[in-house]
Amino acid sequence: MMDKLNNKKTKLYMNILLIALFAAIIILLDTDTIGDNYIRRVLNLSAIYTIVSLSMNLVNGFTGLFSLGQAGFMAIGAYTVAIFTVPLAERAKIFYVVPQNPVLAQIELPFAIALVLGGLLAALIAVLIGMPVLRLKSDYLAIATLGFSEIIRIILTNAKSISNGALGIKGIPQMPTMWVFFGVAILSVVLIWLLIDSSYGRAFKAIREDEIAAEAMGISLFKHKVMSFAIGAFFAGIGGGLLASLLATVDPKQFYFTVTYNFLLIIVLGGMGSISGTVIASFVVTAGLEVLRFFDDPLTLFGVTIPIFRPGFRMVIFSLLLMLLVLFFRNGLLGQKELSWNLIFDWFKRKSKRTGKGGTAQ
Amino acid sequence: MTIEIFMQQLANGISIGSLYALLAIGYTMVYGILRLINFAHGDIFMMAAYFMVFSIINFKLPWYVAIVIVITASVALGVLLEKTAYKPLRDAPRMSIMISAIGASFLLENLATYLFTGVPKGFPDIKILTKSVSLGGVSLSIATLITPFVTLILLYVVLFITNKTKIGMAMRAVSKDFETAKLMGININKVISTTFIIGSSLAAIGAILWGSKYPSIYPIMGVMPGLKCFIAAVLGGIGNTTGAVLGGFILGMAEIMLVTFLPSLTGYRDAIAFIILIVVLLVKPTGLLGEKVTDKV
Repeated sequence: MMDKLNNKKTKLYMNILLIALFAAIIILLDTDTIGDNYIRRVLNLSAIYTIVSLSMNLVNGFTGLFSLGQAGFMAIGAYTVAIFTVPLAERAKIFYVVPQNPVLAQIELPFAIALVLGGLLAALIAVLIGMPVLRLKSDYLAIATLGFSEIIRIILTNAKSISNGALGIKGIPQMPTMWVFFGVAILSVVLIWLLIDSSYGRAFKAIREDEIAAEAMGISLFKHKVMSFAIGAFFAGIGGGLLASLLATVDPKQFYFTVTYNFLLIIVLGGMGSISGTVIASFVVTAGLEVLRFFDDPLTLFGVTIPIFRPGFRMVIFSLLLMLLVLFFRNGLLGQKELSWNLIFDWFKRKSKRTGKGGTAQ
Repeated sequence: MTIEIFMQQLANGISIGSLYALLAIGYTMVYGILRLINFAHGDIFMMAAYFMVFSIINFKLPWYVAIVIVITASVALGVLLEKTAYKPLRDAPRMSIMISAIGASFLLENLATYLFTGVPKGFPDIKILTKSVSLGGVSLSIATLITPFVTLILLYVVLFITNKTKIGMAMRAVSKDFETAKLMGININKVISTTFIIGSSLAAIGAILWGSKYPSIYPIMGVMPGLKCFIAAVLGGIGNTTGAVLGGFILGMAEIMLVTFLPSLTGYRDAIAFIILIVVLLVKPTGLLGEKVTDKV
């Protein structure tokens, strides 16, 4: 039966079936036929996390640069959407402590334009950070990007006429359909896939494997590093913009730099350098973080209150998972491979062989 | 501004600069040997502060006993961190070690939040450190006054260890060339453990002095000083102990002078360090006292 499955036509049918199934589920969810708002929200969040994790994997997994600035780039995207899409009539109500900057107060943009603008702004800032830092060994990038996400938060808290300070911006128009989130996520996956498959993508991977060899082959290290970093920032900015629209509110605290660690966990779990792994891990981790919430509530089993279940336990488990993953399961789910039918068939074959052997030998 | 206020701020700058210097030594030594940004260093500093709170307030120990216990516990934590988070990944790609360092740092912060709650705790009032003395119209606490001297003495001790002792010679050899040092029979693990022992004990002393100056202890108190002190180490020339102390002093002074002369920018105080980092990387990436390194093919 395995051999029958292994031909091209079957694989094509299975792909079509899978896409149809996926589309059907989203349509059913979107039209309120199945599921509830909570499930829709978690799925939308997963789609956003897919975009941001992919952007991080592009930089960390495919190019081998250790960037920790995702939270900061998301903040730029989120605030761009927040500042430009809130209806003009409601601006004065939101900026009641310090009035909004008079120029910004007159501009209202459609969501799509604000979203792209946020991505472009994030990319521009990435280029500005990347220029001095990426000429050197990439170690400094980790500190520079961590510092950048903190500075962005400090600026957003202090520049009250632009960002409304610590109060944040409320009343961001929400999107009526899940297709906005899933559409942008699918588009991002396709675009990053095409990028990785292009000559630029191969240059990124060459830099990851061996910088000196890549340079000797005529690849401009600096140009490609800045490019990867900026494209990563662009998609993180898009993800941030979508997040602003999903939550309908932004404030500087949402973009504390530890948010970046969520995406770090996702790309380590999925495999540094695997697009399909990142997509799977985004959904698993986002859902998992929701499930883990019960660790924060007191738990009573058979009349005994288990003392370890109290607020904060979830994040302890989260950070332990990250450490255990990188210590014992460094390649994650897929390593640098991509998910394909062949990979799944091979996995099943190996498994059945192994169990078969276990039965006969010894 | 009166001359008194200026002198007061100058003393503050020197004292906070020397605290940064104490932490920066730990970063620069670990980076020099493992080429690793020890993200968890700032969290060892935070844990040391909590140890001090518990040993004095909860166990009612006298301060001199508490200091010894706090240093010992921090050293144990530092060595444990090295053995569990870094040693198993010695041959792994650098990216994995960095992620492990981030994970360890995040774990310590979350553990502290979980065990001690996020509500800030007050640092014990050690009379001998918090008593204020008046010097020519400037009133300073003893802690502020002695911090620079403590830092200079400890710098001398660290320089003595690295330059005059056998283990110090091994450390220098490992930082020059990890592989060759291993082939020459140097016990790499012992060298790395020693580095973490020195770094963690300096972080513990730093935490005690820091707590006497800013008596509010909370789980993420180590994050910002940690990032800043790594930058101080880069500014001084990463891998160079004297450079780290110099970088710490400059960074501390820069921060306090910004607050003194441009009070409207006080909110941006934490941003100074990162601007310094960008400038250093643009102008002199090897830092003030760093040597030029060339990559071997």
